[in-house]
Amino acid sequence: MPVMDLANPSRFLILVERVLPWLAAVTVCVLAVGLYQALLVAPDDYQQGATVKIMFIHVPSAWLAMFCWAVMSVAALGTLVWRHPLADVAAKAAAPLGAAFTFLCLLTGSLWGRPMWGAYWVWDGRLTSVLVLFLMYLAVLALWRTVEDPSRAARAVAILTLVGAVNLPIIKFSVDWWATLHQPASVLRMGAPTIHSSILVPLLIMGVAFMLLFLTLHLAAMRNEILRRRVRTLRLMQAQAGA
Amino acid sequence: MQLGPYAGFIIAAYLATFGVVAALIGWIIADHRAQKRTLDDLEARGFGRRSASREVA
Repeated sequence: MPVMDLANPSRFLILVERVLPWLAAVTVCVLAVGLYQALLVAPDDYQQGATVKIMFIHVPSAWLAMFCWAVMSVAALGTLVWRHPLADVAAKAAAPLGAAFTFLCLLTGSLWGRPMWGAYWVWDGRLTSVLVLFLMYLAVLALWRTVEDPSRAARAVAILTLVGAVNLPIIKFSVDWWATLHQPASVLRMGAPTIHSSILVPLLIMGVAFMLLFLTLHLAAMRNEILRRRVRTLRLMQAQAGA
Repeated sequence: MQLGPYAGFIIAAYLATFGVVAALIGWIIADHRAQKRTLDDLEARGFGRRSASREVA
């Protein structure tokens, strides 16, 4: 199936129906391996003890929180510039997933921060910029619900998404720009990671597992959104026929 | 597996993550069933996409 054919929602649905069960199965397998490595194989940190286990869900959630907004930003360009038929479907399907993973990032970070920093929350650059990201996700979700016409809503959301993308480099470099309790980048940084391989490998496996989870949920949510738009079209036709 | 003095924080973090992911999966499955049911219902009443366009025309 040529890539351009995926612009057709019907062909995209056929592809999703074929791929989704396999993708879900691979996700479950990788997640199981990741959890086994994280909970039973990875050693405790010499300073943080067993609380380092929270990192194996906190960091992948943080990666997904930002990745999801990046996906929405590309989709926003697809809506505004290329007018790709699936772009706003992809953006709308990604928003609740991004909000959920950003919430998890904040929550697990708080549960890690309390024993390590002595506080659930501090108003520093990293935590505040991630909170802003979460509020932006809520604003996008609200905007999708406020504007009834999906194509008009998509354009408004696309603009908000591209404006909000400014926050992504702020989140990434906040630990370098401002004084913070949050540790600096230790995996995605210039030079080698600063984490020992016995902890880094389980973290990367969990990162791949979360990415696969996002891909599975996103494709399933896109399928739902396409069906929702078909229902809307048929209801409009029904109303016109009844008028 | 020894979780030490902060076991409550670790368990709470994992339970919350499983809960949120399970809620996402449940919501997506329920939404799919609802949309499919509505679509099938509309099509059964003659509002399939092609037949509907003919009726409107």
